[in-house]
Amino acid sequence: MVSKVTPHLSQNEPLLFERSSPGKKGYQLPPLDVPSVDPAGALGAGNVRGELKGFPEVSEVETIRHFTRLSTWNYAIDLGLYPLGSCTMKYNPRVNEAAARVEGLAWGHPYQPESLAQGAMEIMAVLERYLAEITGMDAVTLQPAAGAHGEFTGILLMRACLESRGDARSAILVPDSSHGTNPATARMCGYEVVNVKSTSRGLVDMEHFRSLLNPSVAGIMITNPNTLGLFEENISEITRLLHDNGSLVYMDGANMNALAGVSRPGDFGIDVMHLNLHKTFSTPHGGGGPGAGPVAVKRVLEPYLPTPRIVLKDGTYRYDDNLPESIGKVRAFYGNFGVFVRALAYILAHGSDLRNATMDALLNANYLRAGIEPYYDLPYKDRSLHEVVFSDAIQTKLGVKTGDIAKRLIDYGFHPYTTSFPLIVPGAMMIEPTETEGKQELDLFIDAMASIAKEAEENPDLVRNAPHSTRVKRVDEVTAARKPIVRWEAAANDQ
Amino acid sequence: MRYLPKSDSERTEMLEACGLSSLNDLIAHLPPEVLQAQALELPPGKSEYEIMDYFRARGDRMANGYASFLGGGVYRHYRPVLADVVVSRSEFLTSYTPYQAEISQGTLMTIFEFQTMICQLTGMEVANASMYDGSTAVPEAALMAARITRRSRILVARGVHPEYRDVLRSSVKHQDLPVVEFGFNLESGEIDLVDLESKLDESVAAVIIQSPNFFGVVENTKAAAALAHQHGALLVSVFTEAVSLGLLEPPTDADIVAGELQSFAISPSYGGPFAGVVATKMAHIRQLPGRIVGQTTDADGKRAFCLTLSTREQHIRREKATSNICTNQALIALMATVFMAIYGKVGLRELAMQNLAKAHYLEDGLERRFSGPFFNEFVLRCGSPEALNEALLGEKIIGGIPLGRYYPELADSMLLCATEMSSREEMDSFKRVCAAQPESLLAKTTA
Repeated sequence: MVSKVTPHLSQNEPLLFERSSPGKKGYQLPPLDVPSVDPAGALGAGNVRGELKGFPEVSEVETIRHFTRLSTWNYAIDLGLYPLGSCTMKYNPRVNEAAARVEGLAWGHPYQPESLAQGAMEIMAVLERYLAEITGMDAVTLQPAAGAHGEFTGILLMRACLESRGDARSAILVPDSSHGTNPATARMCGYEVVNVKSTSRGLVDMEHFRSLLNPSVAGIMITNPNTLGLFEENISEITRLLHDNGSLVYMDGANMNALAGVSRPGDFGIDVMHLNLHKTFSTPHGGGGPGAGPVAVKRVLEPYLPTPRIVLKDGTYRYDDNLPESIGKVRAFYGNFGVFVRALAYILAHGSDLRNATMDALLNANYLRAGIEPYYDLPYKDRSLHEVVFSDAIQTKLGVKTGDIAKRLIDYGFHPYTTSFPLIVPGAMMIEPTETEGKQELDLFIDAMASIAKEAEENPDLVRNAPHSTRVKRVDEVTAARKPIVRWEAAANDQ
Repeated sequence: MRYLPKSDSERTEMLEACGLSSLNDLIAHLPPEVLQAQALELPPGKSEYEIMDYFRARGDRMANGYASFLGGGVYRHYRPVLADVVVSRSEFLTSYTPYQAEISQGTLMTIFEFQTMICQLTGMEVANASMYDGSTAVPEAALMAARITRRSRILVARGVHPEYRDVLRSSVKHQDLPVVEFGFNLESGEIDLVDLESKLDESVAAVIIQSPNFFGVVENTKAAAALAHQHGALLVSVFTEAVSLGLLEPPTDADIVAGELQSFAISPSYGGPFAGVVATKMAHIRQLPGRIVGQTTDADGKRAFCLTLSTREQHIRREKATSNICTNQALIALMATVFMAIYGKVGLRELAMQNLAKAHYLEDGLERRFSGPFFNEFVLRCGSPEALNEALLGEKIIGGIPLGRYYPELADSMLLCATEMSSREEMDSFKRVCAAQPESLLAKTTA
């Protein structure tokens, strides 16, 4: 049944420190063209360090082998489907990498004069404009470094706006299906978190929502489509009621890949939202970053955006620092510029046809859903957008849980889906294929899921003990947390 | 469209499998008022060739061909080719956060190596897997200190990067953690210990300093630590120029170190993406924000690595998490890891020695504003920084950062930086332009 992969050769490799031996080096500096300086004389003897104990000494050849061998221990999008729900693991176009390495951009210094930075400033101004168009919002800041950082910035903007009206208020509503960053963010901005229940259909419970509205509510942090991949059908009503209550509406844009070109949050009453350039706009996840979390706002929040802002005057871009109501800076300089270049390259590639990517993403999710539904429990049955959430309800009776099925997928040559999230689905299996998967890869995945469902019935231990084909078996995370070993030390690590 | 791998006949087949007849059926259930009426106002899609052309044209409107003496948190260092070779490997570039340890051992082991080398460099005992950048690492360190000490005030030196201080202020504004600044010695450029001591009391959670500071001056970390500790506060030591750690005594007396690794093979890239880091003593590991990789064993007893102590994080703790941070900077931290491997024990010191020599060559004969020891940056007193920079631009030289914007009392000064990439010829040209200024800036030699 496993048709995607065959076990392959996997090279062993020690830590850099274990490869190290005195006198080896991988660098060569050009000869110094100025007189050398005695460090003790220039810095004071007490300021000069001794030997860099334990630091590696390896050759160039060993260095490239080391990292290349380690790379083969990773799964990656370029190897196949990576169906993590709400993570939008789509193909990362390589031209984006080449664009970010264009010399003038890659070597641009954030303090070089504006007259010598027009290229970078134009890239940022154009990206801001395109993101505003895609979201239906009025203004954009690119400064936040990631999604959670964008959330934080967005709630700071809401708070600043409410404060200017005389009352910051005290509570933020957060649906119980939300991502964990939402409540954490609300707390960081000094707000109390009030959970909003979901209905049996997985949507915001309107009755509960209405009962929570009162003058202490600063706003809501809502994800749309939500983490079940469902469009909040009452979104216009929700935003209207909040505005009537004097509250503001924050949208977590993590799932924007379901909406780009189809529906604009600005048109259904959203006041402020973030985008994950490393999700919807194809910039690589890189094993956990870098990302970028631009924030788009309506006019009412524009005066509070972080400093500086880019303005175009007489054909020249300038930075405007004179923004008395601004929340200040949330990151040094202008944000993750190299990520902006990649995202803009992606938007330019799709152009006005960006909607086609969205439609393919929806098609892929629904196709997987149709293929998998015969074998797994689907707790929420409304039409899915870009992702679908199954549960392990059928398999758990056989002693096989979502985490086991996920690990068994590895043996079939796939990265697992997101397990155990959203929290409102016990034993959740959250699957998002994105638009950059072809039918063949999706069919292989459906076959794998069907096969695992059968194994759960016939040989549950096979699933419970998975993965079987990886270079390491399941790792002991409990001991790792109880007795943390978080760095290499010469004596302790001999084994 | 070249990023969409399906043919139209496959789409039709797939729609049928879903029981649908057209793509529009996929959104037929959305409330009509939310559907976008018009197509996006974006230009038509571009080919790969056109995209490269677009960015090359913008790249040409930057500072190609200029010499530069800019530092201030972003440094021009040579980037070993291997850094890009390694991060371009699909398995590093296109993988997600290593939650599935069995198929992420590559990323996990490189992060473990990163954490180890950061500890070796800083004299700390545990480092996280990276932060967004140096500026955002500072408020995380401040909040961490507040959690550890259960105190509620932060003292930050004015010698800390001005943009880092801005980020600190806006980040902790709503967390009942007032930030108070203390000054620098106008003679030496070091922290003003008297001012610091006058502001210390039992409400202070952390004293934050930077070394070398924004003026390039190496701080007296020991004295600052002693004062902070006397009052029960923690010392947070910040660095923006990681190469300095190849030569300078590590801030072992600090309780928390927060820094920026851009100097380690990370492109200046007009300000990001960079990689920050927070490191500390083992006693504080459970208050450390961000991801941490630990060593453990697999079911067969083989060495393996995994993300650990995730009970501090937002996806478990939600509103009780130590931070809302989710994404870190793994790929950028990997560049820094490759850089540290390439330069290694001997190379990093030699690189730092070259930086020290270049900056002292540049300084020789110029009027330095501060007397404190410096590594590869220093403050030049030059009358009008704007006029000097204007004259330098005429010679295709980008001068220094005028300081008046951040420090009104230093309006007559600029911050200069020289690295191993600054050639003697460029530095001589810089001095020629200074000498030609109406009021000669070569004060020391003419005096």
